[in-house]
Order: sequence, then structure tokens, then C-alpha cells
Amino acid sequence: MKKRVKNQDIRLWAVLIWLLVWQLVSLALDSDILLVSPLKVVVRLFELVGESSFWKSILYSLQRIAGGFFLALLAGGLWAALSARFRGIRQLLAPMVLISKTVPVASFIILALVWLSSRNLAVFISFLMVFPVIYTNVLNGIMETDKELLEMAEVFSIPRGRRIRYIYLPQIMPYLRAGCSVGLGLCWKSGIAAEVIGMPKGSVGERLQQAKVYLDTADLFAWTLVIVVVSILFEWVVLWLLERTAKAWE
Amino acid sequence: MDIVLNQVSKAFGEKQIFNQFSITFPEKEITGIMAPSGFGKTTLLRMLMGLCPPDHGSILGIDCKKSAVFQEDRLCRQLTALTNIRLTNPKLTNEEVEKAMEAVGLDSCAHQPVRELSGGMCRRVAILRALLSEYELLFLDEPFKGLDEKTKELVMADTKRRCQGKTVILVTHDGTELEAMGAKTVILGPEEQAK
Repeated sequence: MKKRVKNQDIRLWAVLIWLLVWQLVSLALDSDILLVSPLKVVVRLFELVGESSFWKSILYSLQRIAGGFFLALLAGGLWAALSARFRGIRQLLAPMVLISKTVPVASFIILALVWLSSRNLAVFISFLMVFPVIYTNVLNGIMETDKELLEMAEVFSIPRGRRIRYIYLPQIMPYLRAGCSVGLGLCWKSGIAAEVIGMPKGSVGERLQQAKVYLDTADLFAWTLVIVVVSILFEWVVLWLLERTAKAWE
Repeated sequence: MDIVLNQVSKAFGEKQIFNQFSITFPEKEITGIMAPSGFGKTTLLRMLMGLCPPDHGSILGIDCKKSAVFQEDRLCRQLTALTNIRLTNPKLTNEEVEKAMEAVGLDSCAHQPVRELSGGMCRRVAILRALLSEYELLFLDEPFKGLDEKTKELVMADTKRRCQGKTVILVTHDGTELEAMGAKTVILGPEEQAK
């Protein structure tokens, strides 16, 4: 069997080498504005952790971005089910899905700012970026469901609820898991981008924007690190919940 | 009610499988079908199961509770053997299923996912799923394929006992299976197909 290359197989030694390169480059440049050293970023991060506004900003952004993600998960699943059942709905949604996959996120953010208050911008943008991924994956999962099992269910007249639970869901689960994995990364990238442009008061995006305005590179890196950590933790939690749900079905 | 195929025609593209084909399967009897490869036995069963409507003609007597053993096992791989069997009949208790499994030599695998079972074990699970569901009409499409002789005898005896008083259509290439099941045999050939 062909051995799959694990792109996410992150080793401590590799991280340490990159941190060393970063430290050396920042020493060579000798300018905190151009490139702050990793040590200074860590110091700044510890300072931020002690501030209550730090946690409030994280909570603010987490609520909105997670909200957008879960709405997209729900809507993507429901519309995929409807699309699998009714070809008309599938055809109707196809152009919208294509648009939301191809139009640059910045265009959506600017357009959405015209329609929405900046407070809800991250919810909308996260939703918009995650919806097509979940929708497409779940739809593919439904369409790829084992036809022989569906015929078996038809012959035995197995009720719809049991068909969904025992035949569709286990077959959709790998597609949903893959969709969530991609969507979780996308929702944080797009949600924070929306906050940076819309600058809702008290958000992580606003803090990033302020760091840029004041050329505070240490802040910029510290907040970026925070976003990475929070988005990884969020991804772990969601995928863990999904895994547990799948196990419960089995 | 007898199952009656009346002047049934079925084609896939250019290939005509049945042309005005008629046959009657008597109620509450086991009818065995033997036919050469390519006759269209599977198409015939699929039409009777309601999975594939005929192009012309009518099929009467199939609006009832059906059960089937397909050529393939068609089990949910992630579910246990017991859950697979109860999937088609949730009224069954675990004890009832376990007892039935014991009778066909599946004593210890009730709670194992079927993906971990051997081919012969999966076959027996598929057969039990069909036999323990609530049905009036049972289709058996080469049901004992892949079972060793000893197990086959055991399973055939169990199948015969459980489907007494039901309408059964059994497709096989093996005449001894029809004999063991006490089936009334219908041998179909090209002349019936084209009639």
C-alpha cells in the first residue's frame, strides 16, 4: 500500500529550527518594526494574557466565527440533503456555490460592510466561506452512498429515519469530517480578515489592525499566534465532537 | 396471492432481456429458479423486488412485505452483526437474535462489527437478516454461495424451517440446494425468455 505523506506531521525539532532562523534574521535586521524577535513576541504575549481585554477580544471573535461556522454546518447539511433529493435545488444552488468558492473574500467583506454592521460581519463571512465546503462535501457524501445498501433498505422497507441513521450518516461522515477540517481553517482566516477590514470594537481583528496602524510588530505577531492557537483548539474540539458523534452512531 | 408476471418485457438499451415473458409463482411455496448465465435471473428478481420496473406488461402480487438475500451481502460494515439483523426488524430482542445466530454457528460474533467477520459469517448474517425480518415474500439470490458444505447444510435446514408458509423465490445454479429446500423447480431457458 502506498504510504501517505502526513503534511501535518509537525516535529518539535523543525519548529525549533524555524524559530532559530526567525531569531537570527531579526538579530541581523536589528529592527523591531521590520521583524520583531520571537522572544519579544513571547514577552508581549505574556503581557497580553494578563489583560482582561485580551480574553474579551478572543471571546468576542470566537463567538462570531464559531457562530458562522456552526450556522454553515447546519445550513450546508440541510441544503445538501435537499439538493440530493431535488435536482432543481441542486441546479439552483450551483451558481451561488461556485461564486462563493471563487470570489475573493475581500470582495465579500467590502460588499457585506455595505449591508451589515461590522459587529456581525465575521459571522456572515465565516458562514459564506464555510457553507460551500460543507454543502459540497455532504452532497458528495450523499450521492456516493452505497446504492446496494439503499436498494436493500428499499426492499426491506426500512423507514427513512433508520436509513438516515444507519446507512446515510456513516457514509457521509468521512466527507463531513474532511469538509469540517477545511472549513475550520477557512472560517478563522476569513473571519479575522473580515474583522481587520470592518474593525468591530473589541474584536481580535481590531487589535490586529491597531497593531498595524501603530507599527507594533510584537503585538501583530502575538495576536497572530493567539489566532493560530485558538483556531487549532477550536478545530480539535469540533473534530473531537464529530468523532464522538460518529462513534455513538456506530 | 400468487405472483404473476404477465407479458413482461424488459430491455437495457439495445439488449432485450425479456420479451413478453409470463410466469406464475404460487403463494406460500418455495419456487426454485434455475437458468443459464445471462438469462436475466437477477433482472427478474429486481423486477419482482420492485427495484426495476418492466418496460411493458404487469407484475401482480408483489405489494406486500418483502425480504431478500442478495447475491452480495449488502450489510452495513460499521454495524455489529446483531444491529444489522435488527435493522430490518427492530421488534426483535437481542436474545432472539443471539439464539438465531447460535443456530447457524454464529455464537460469538453478535457484537462484532461485520467488517471484522469472514465472508461465510457475513453471508450467514445476511441470511438471518432476511429470515428474521417480517415478510410475506422472500427472495433468495444464490443465498448459500461461499458457505462450506457443513455450514451450508446447517443454514439450509434453518432457512427451510424459518420460511415455512411463506412465498419464496430461490435462484441458484445448484440443484441440490433446490432439493434440500424442497423447492418446486422451474427451469428457464431462451424459449421462455423470448415467449
